[in-house]
Amino acid sequence: MLSFIARRLGLLIPTFFGVTLLTFALIRLIPGDPVEVMMGERRVDPQMHAEAMERLGLNKPLYAQYLDYIGDLAQGDLGESLRTRTSVWSEFLTLFPATLELSLAALLFAGTLGLTAGVIAALKRGSLFDHGVMGIALTGYSMPIFWWGLLLIMFFSVNLGWTPVSGRIDLLYDIPPVTGFMLIDSLLSDEEGAFVDALQHLILPAVVLGTIPLAVIARMTRSAMLEVLREDYVRTARAKGLSPARVVFVHGLRNALIPVLTVFGLQVGALLAGAVLTETIFSWPGIGKWLIESIGARDYPVVQNGILLIACLVILVNFVVDILYGLANPRIRHQR
Amino acid sequence: MNDRVARMQSGTAPHESPRIASGLHAGAHPVNLLDIKNLSVRFGDASAVPVVDGLDLHVDKGEVLAIVGESGSGKSVTMMALMGLIEAPGRVSADSLQFDGTDMLRLKGKQRRHIVGKDLAMVFQDPMTSLNPSFTVGFQIEEVLREHLGLKGKAARQRALELLEKVEIPAAASRLDAYPHQLSGGMSQRVAIAMAIAGEPKLLIADEPTTALDVTIQAQIMDLLLNLQREQNMGLVLITHDLAVVAETAQRVCVMYAGQAVEVGSVPELFDAPAHPYTEALLKAIPEHSLGAKRLATLPGIVPGRYDRPQGCLLSPRCPYAQPRCSEQRPTLDPHPRGAVRCFFPLNLNAEVAR
Repeated sequence: MLSFIARRLGLLIPTFFGVTLLTFALIRLIPGDPVEVMMGERRVDPQMHAEAMERLGLNKPLYAQYLDYIGDLAQGDLGESLRTRTSVWSEFLTLFPATLELSLAALLFAGTLGLTAGVIAALKRGSLFDHGVMGIALTGYSMPIFWWGLLLIMFFSVNLGWTPVSGRIDLLYDIPPVTGFMLIDSLLSDEEGAFVDALQHLILPAVVLGTIPLAVIARMTRSAMLEVLREDYVRTARAKGLSPARVVFVHGLRNALIPVLTVFGLQVGALLAGAVLTETIFSWPGIGKWLIESIGARDYPVVQNGILLIACLVILVNFVVDILYGLANPRIRHQR
Repeated sequence: MNDRVARMQSGTAPHESPRIASGLHAGAHPVNLLDIKNLSVRFGDASAVPVVDGLDLHVDKGEVLAIVGESGSGKSVTMMALMGLIEAPGRVSADSLQFDGTDMLRLKGKQRRHIVGKDLAMVFQDPMTSLNPSFTVGFQIEEVLREHLGLKGKAARQRALELLEKVEIPAAASRLDAYPHQLSGGMSQRVAIAMAIAGEPKLLIADEPTTALDVTIQAQIMDLLLNLQREQNMGLVLITHDLAVVAETAQRVCVMYAGQAVEVGSVPELFDAPAHPYTEALLKAIPEHSLGAKRLATLPGIVPGRYDRPQGCLLSPRCPYAQPRCSEQRPTLDPHPRGAVRCFFPLNLNAEVAR
């Protein structure tokens, strides 16, 4: 198990460099530079422009800029935002809990519903339920997030008035950030009704963000379950006189979970990508919205290091999933 | 020839039991452990060709019955039907499926599960895929003990250990925490057997228990099964291709062809004087019987499929003794002094057989 973990860790280093190189190059490929954006629409005085660029260190050749960047990273310095002059790390720390809360809610939604629907669809293969669920899953998977989000806002927020349109909580409430999770903070605060309000704010974005993972998990669970239910050991379990529930959930699902777990891990990456769009639609003050705004402002340090932090997060989650995978599947754990 | 046929047709004397007499229990009141009457299994609606077609079968307490026949002849499906393991679209119908005084066909889920896995257990063909890869050997055995005997915790573990020792697994204590992928095929099959005998079954069904194993291991597993059968006085249904194994182990044998029982008989007699042409062909196909010949004796053709079932006897297109009548009428399984045969023109009925 230890060598298994060590091998996985060794793979992180090249991945890490790949990400820095990619974000560094991509953000500089977009036309325009931070100074132009800051100075606004009017023609920029070339002299002032050059001075500002020099001050920011952006006049150096690209390789030198990259080396500076890596050098700073090596010292644990993520730089500061060109716009706000606050450190990228502290901005990330303030905004990340909002994204984490949204993502966890989305995963919870996708995981519970996806597993349940997938298992039932597999058990009732070929039934109306099966076809219905798989049809909806395919639709959900194909639905562009921004459009799906707008549809839900139109229907539930505008027409029915059930949920708020945007934000994490109503402006009426003044919730002191303790954990950064609005649901928890609103419970900790004395404000009456704040928790319900926070929950109402969370539901739509979580559903929108969770839709694609939900579809993927449901389809994956169904097919994994169908495959597993055909296995000889499921027949053995039934021949032991175990109850159908035990056969399906202990002997079947336990094995079907192995591929589903992998998909679950991959979905975390997709989830953070989806968060960028979802947060923009719902004005959710998380890192997705932060990154979009920073790209607009050509805020190089924020974009580079924000994406780097997200990449680290995805890598970390996949790492954890790899370990869980080993725990779930004894055949992997014992591989030498 | 013809009047022999006529005798066979009217041969069922009124005083004879309609059940296929084994010959072994003539006179004595037979103690039936399993009594299957007119079992059919179809996949699809009632018009689908039956995979098992009107099968009668019985097993006495402590008896070893072998079911032989080529792949697809319905051997396994018969036993799966008894265990309640046939799933939709499979449909099981029978006049009765008596096991130990209970009609398994009338039992509902929970009642059936009290018997299946306890009094009626099964060992499957491929031990490497029959054990759940995600759970330890101990867990999988203890599960049976908890479900059927109410054993928990230490008691269950202790019993599981005893079972592993009973199936002669070396270093049994350390194997309790092993996962199936850490075991060899032979070991896995021993574990599967331990699981099957955990509820001290009255009838054990072994579905080609040695087919997937090394030749050297096969004999060991057969010995183990037969020892357990004798020790616990279990009924044993042995599904197999291997006629040599049948000759050595079984008291009676049922030969199946295309979903039907074509011949039932006691073991030495059936081997000495097969009454059905298919049984005869099976015996001729044993390599040792073709010593000196250039080619192994075979029957031409293949088992009829779903859509090319002959109107008459199912074997008629392949049968070397086929007469016009064979392709017109379908014979029934009729008793004769040494067993029962499904043939209009049975062989060797008058042969002298050393008893």
